[in-house]
Parts: sequence; structure tokens; C-alpha cells
Amino acid sequence: MRKTFLTVALLIASLALVLAACGPKPTQAPAGKTGPAATEAPEATEAPMATEAPEAGAPEAAGFQIPEIEEGKFNVAMVLIGPHDDGGWSQAHYEGLLYVEQNVPGVHVAYIENVPEGADSEQVFRSLSRKGFDLIFGTSFGYMDAMETVADEFPDITYIHISGYKSNQQNFGNLFGAMEDMKYLAGMIAGARAKMDGNPKLGYMATFPIPEEIRLGNAIALGMKKTCPECTMDVRWINTWHDPVVEREAAASLFDAGAQVVFTGADTPTVADVAQEKGKWGITYDWVGSCKVDACLTAPYWNWGPVYAQITQGVMDGTYEVGWHYFDADSGGLGLYGFMEGQELTKGMQDLPPEVIQMVRDTLDKMLAGEFTRFDVFAGPIMDNQGNVVVPEGEKMQQSDLDQFPPGAPGLECQYCMYWWADGITAELPSLGQ
Amino acid sequence: MEALIIILQAGVGTGTVLLFATLGEVFAERSGVLNLGVEGMMLIGAMSAYSVALSTGDPWLGVLVAMLFAGAISQIHAFISITLLADQVVSGLALTFLGTGISLVLGEGLSKAGAVSLLPTLSVPLLSKIPLIGPIFFTNQSVMVYIGYLLTPLAWYYINYTRPGLHLRAVGEYPAAADALGINVYRLRYLYVLVGGMLAGLAGATISLAVSPGWFSELTTAGQGWIAVGLVIFAQWDPLRAAAGSYAFGALRRLILDIQGPTQLFGFPNPFYYNPYWGFFLQMLPYAFTIIVLVIGSREAVRKRIGAPAALGTPYVRGERGV
Repeated sequence: MRKTFLTVALLIASLALVLAACGPKPTQAPAGKTGPAATEAPEATEAPMATEAPEAGAPEAAGFQIPEIEEGKFNVAMVLIGPHDDGGWSQAHYEGLLYVEQNVPGVHVAYIENVPEGADSEQVFRSLSRKGFDLIFGTSFGYMDAMETVADEFPDITYIHISGYKSNQQNFGNLFGAMEDMKYLAGMIAGARAKMDGNPKLGYMATFPIPEEIRLGNAIALGMKKTCPECTMDVRWINTWHDPVVEREAAASLFDAGAQVVFTGADTPTVADVAQEKGKWGITYDWVGSCKVDACLTAPYWNWGPVYAQITQGVMDGTYEVGWHYFDADSGGLGLYGFMEGQELTKGMQDLPPEVIQMVRDTLDKMLAGEFTRFDVFAGPIMDNQGNVVVPEGEKMQQSDLDQFPPGAPGLECQYCMYWWADGITAELPSLGQ
Repeated sequence: MEALIIILQAGVGTGTVLLFATLGEVFAERSGVLNLGVEGMMLIGAMSAYSVALSTGDPWLGVLVAMLFAGAISQIHAFISITLLADQVVSGLALTFLGTGISLVLGEGLSKAGAVSLLPTLSVPLLSKIPLIGPIFFTNQSVMVYIGYLLTPLAWYYINYTRPGLHLRAVGEYPAAADALGINVYRLRYLYVLVGGMLAGLAGATISLAVSPGWFSELTTAGQGWIAVGLVIFAQWDPLRAAAGSYAFGALRRLILDIQGPTQLFGFPNPFYYNPYWGFFLQMLPYAFTIIVLVIGSREAVRKRIGAPAALGTPYVRGERGV
């Protein structure tokens, strides 16, 4: 009796561990990253109708309470994978939603937070559709298939999915932005900083081996080489988008291995805190408010507000073309902390050579004017870290190259593809094993 | 060598979290009470320590509150399993859910609360000059790490060589006999569940105030409470082995990252440099280890051989035949 009991007991404990490991982590699979809008989040009074996830009272959608629409208005809903005030990915989108509320007349907005990917999210999207929302944003990679399914059932409602790769080109659209522009500029700053400090070594904390993370890492390295040809960059894979504890360890690992400036590809500003402790430099990501400590050099960030407002207005007017929407810096959807309107250079940038700052400003101005895009970041000649020419002089990468591993999707094959590390990166990629 | 020292130094730092949690569970299990609520109690500790340190500016007050709060929560488990004689596994699991829930609710909005005065980091004069040992154990470590150095031998000595330690073991091995000798089995079990809870709270506080300052919901502990439960079995209920295991697991966390750096290991191409997926495999190991240990440790024959307290998991009822 007792024997059975204890066996069962410990097996249950093992099971609990497995569940704990698989359960609650907010996974935003490939593609998405973070960064709140330039607008400050107004407090409660102004905030859109909040709906708490765990409320049991609403049986409609897997335990989620579905917000109400407002008659006579254009109703916009947003589905978030984490809490709206997570200080990262979800907060950036939430602030974008507030921007829509304040800047597009005749709009009512609402959101649902902590919605897991998969079957639950399909329920939520369907319930929102039944309520009568006109436009629904889904902000996590794993909502993609659920949104595609629901979009087929409600042809009159527009669904915009962030960070995926699917669209039906009618009422289910894809949206993402060229963060590589800002990472490229941040690479220039980091290179100059490391060179000036006499330690030409950078670090990059990468999340998952997906095209986005490799593209952003390469953009950093290309920028770095502009200001510091002798610089190299170390890489650590952390296998998570959001885990501040692991992010801290990875940052420490990079600094201890000799890096002078460390970039994060993950959600939190932990990298700058570690830099502060180590007397080095960190470059945060995602959020305009993430670059707070003295050791933070700069932060490439997202500014979803203007993009969402433009899409909302376009859908209201019937002028928005649903499809694959990839915005560049001229959309106003991207920022580089310290250089945008109303911001000052951080402490770490103030004593950099003026010509470097000028070069960053000039390039940024061109980006904001639409004269310098992601295709100019990835323009030849580009060398990989094996000594091969990836893109020859005079050639540029195409969109299909930027977000695909070889050989690319059928019918959308890539020529150069995004499965290489740029010159200066001290890391390797495993063979794709074809 | 330099790289190895860095890994071990970091391992001792992060391993201190596991050390406190494991020591606490050793006390509880030695008295015969299996408490699977470690994860929940750690979360309570991490949340309350950070919250209190943030609002009062005093990290030590945070540590104190963390220990009291987690200790108080542990008494729910004690009451249910010792007084009400309920299944310890069910009660312990429930405690984890309860602790997780409470910490998430009370910790709502805490993550962005900003910097907080943290526990101090220090190097020991003289001792830090010893080659190898100095840089690993006595240089730039949190004050919590040094508390761990003191606590481990104390716990070992207490359990094995003191009278109250003898009572503790008696209660866990043969409560009926202990009772006959006039030892209050119930009171002692309550006491050591409390000790376990307070140490779990201390472990949580060590994360949120020292190892990885801040409150990050469930990610703060990320299953370390379960690893501690597994480590207790691995350590065969011995504080010294518990310390070795905890530091080894701490070092593994850091090794997973650092090993991605060098192009060569021992003269061979480094697979972790050439293929990030190998690193992901390593990340899984502590959890896989825990599952394996729990499964193996659940076999009666194995348990006897590795010296599990004979009355572990069995509620004591006065007057009924003992174990």
C-alpha cells in the first residue's frame, strides 16, 4: 500500500515538473519582438476596456471574458499573449492601441490579455468576431493559424496578424517591420564605443535560430564594421524570448568572455543592468523606456501607434490592402533611443567621435525619409564569416532573402537567403541537413 | 582554467538558491514530511522579499518577511498533512498551486517597479587570495552565498550530532518509538515543515534580491523548487551532498551559456559552438535529471538503499502501529 502510494506520489511530482516546465511561459514563436510606443500609457481612466483573463464568469471563450463593442463606432480589438503592462512585447502593442484610440476618430478599442496560442486563441478570435468587432489585431506568432481559420468564417471582419508569414489577401493580413534598420545603426554606435574603449568586442544574446534573429544579428555586425573594422561579435543562444533570469546569465556570460558592448534580442532591459554592474555597455531593445541606466548605450525600439492608426483608418475607409505589410523606418514605426525627436544622446554616446554620431544621424534621416531601407542595409558587397561573398557588389537582398532559410517557400524561393553570419561574428550555424 | 573559474564562481552564486531550498526540504523530509510545495513557497518568498525591499528600501527586511511569509504558508501543509493526516503529495502540490497563485496576485505590477536596494556583494580579505578556491568561493559573491557556507555545515552537524537532531531523525525514521520516548512527534514535524518553508522563502529572496534582482512571475523560479525536491533524493538527505549538488547545478546553468563561446574544447571542434541546438539540449538536463531522480527515488528498494527516512510520506497517528 505504502509502496504504491509513494511511487504514485513521486510520479505525480515528476509530472508536475513537466507541466511546470511546459506550462506558463509566454512563447512568442518566430519573428515578433517588442517595443512600446512613444506615447506614454495614460492611466486607468483613458485605458481601453480591460478584460481579466482568468474570470470564470464568461463561458463563451475558454474562460475569457469577451469585451463589448460600442454601437455606432468602428470597433477594434487586440489580443495579447502576455499582460498589457509587461514592459515589453505586449505593452508595445497595447500602447499602439491607445494611440489608435486617441488619434483615429470614431474608434472604440478593447483588448484581451494573457491569451495562450493555439486552440484557446481560436475561441477568443471567434468570440470577438461574433461580438461584432470590425478589426482584430493578433500580436503573437502562434495566433497565425487560428486567425486564418476564423478569418474564413467572418469575411466582413479584418484580421491583422503580427510577425507571421500568412495572408489570404482578403481579410487576413500579415504585418511586421524592419527592425534591422535600427539594429544596423545601433551596431555602428556599439562598434564605435568598443573601439574607443580599446576592447573591440561585442556580444549578441540571440533567442532562437530563426531568420529574424539571424537577420538582426547580421544587421548589427554590418553596422559594427562601418565604425570598427577590427571588431568581432560573440553570440549566445538563450532559447527564449522572455526570461529575465536567463537573460541576466547570458549577459554575464558575454561580458565575462570579454565583450565590451552587449546587445539583447530578448524582451527585458536586464542586459543594461548587468552592464552597469560590470562597468561595460548594454543595448536594450523593444521599448522606448527600456534605456534607463547609465550603462545603456541606446535601444532600437518599436513604435506601433502610427502603423496601427494608419491601418485602422485604411480599413475604415476601405483603402487598406490586406496582404503582406512590412514597414520600414519611414512609417514612423521604428525608433533608435537617443536620436528621435525630444530625446538626448545617452551618457555613453556623448563622448563618441562626432563623425560617428553624424553618420548615424545622417543615415537615420535617410531612413526616416525613405531613402535608406532594409534593402540598403543588406546591399552588397557582404561577406560572411567564412570568407565567402554572400551578396556581390551592386546586388541587394530581396524580401524573400531577408526572412527565409534556404531554399525558401515553394514559389517564393530565395537567392541569397538568411542563413549565414556576417563577417566579424564569432559563431556558426549548423548545416541545414538537406 | 580562467573560463572554468568564471563558471564555478557563477555556479556557486546561482546554486545558493537551490542550496537553501534543498536544505529546507532535507529538514522537512528528515522529520517524515514530504513537502512538494517548495516551488510555491519560493515564489512567495521571491515576491514578498522584492516587494518589501522595494517599499521600505531595506533588503534585509525583505528577507525576513520572505521567510515569515513562506514559513506561514508551509504551516497550511503541516496542518493538512500532520493534523488532518491527509495525503502529503496532494497537499504539497496544492501548496505549490496556492503559493504560485498568491505570489502572482500580490506581485501584479511589481515587475516594472524599478531598481531596488539589493543585498551587498563582497569579497573576503585573505581567503579570496587562495588560488582557485579564492576566486571561486570568496570573490564578489553575494552575502547570501556566505550565509549558505555557514548554514550547510551547521545543518549537517545539527542533524547528525546534536540531541535535537537525533530527535528529528527519530521522528522521521520511527515516530512511534520517538513518541514512546516522550518526543512530541506532531510538534517537531510542524517545526521542521516551518524550517523548510522559511528556507524556501530564503531561497526565493535570494533570487529576487541577489541572484537575479526583480520579480518575473513564474519565471523567477522557473522550476527550481522541483529541482530542489529532486536534489534532496540525489543528496540522500545529507546537507553536505545537497550543497555539492546545488553548486553543480548552478554551474551547469552558466556552463550552458559559456560553452557556446570557444571554438575548440580539449583540442576538438566544440559542438556547442558549431550548433546551438546542443546548448538547448544541455538546458533540458537539470529538469530531465529531476524527473529521473524522482522516478528512481520512488522505488521502494532504491529508497531503502539510499537511506530515505523510513516514515517519509506517512502521517503519524498516535496509538496505531508504527512503520
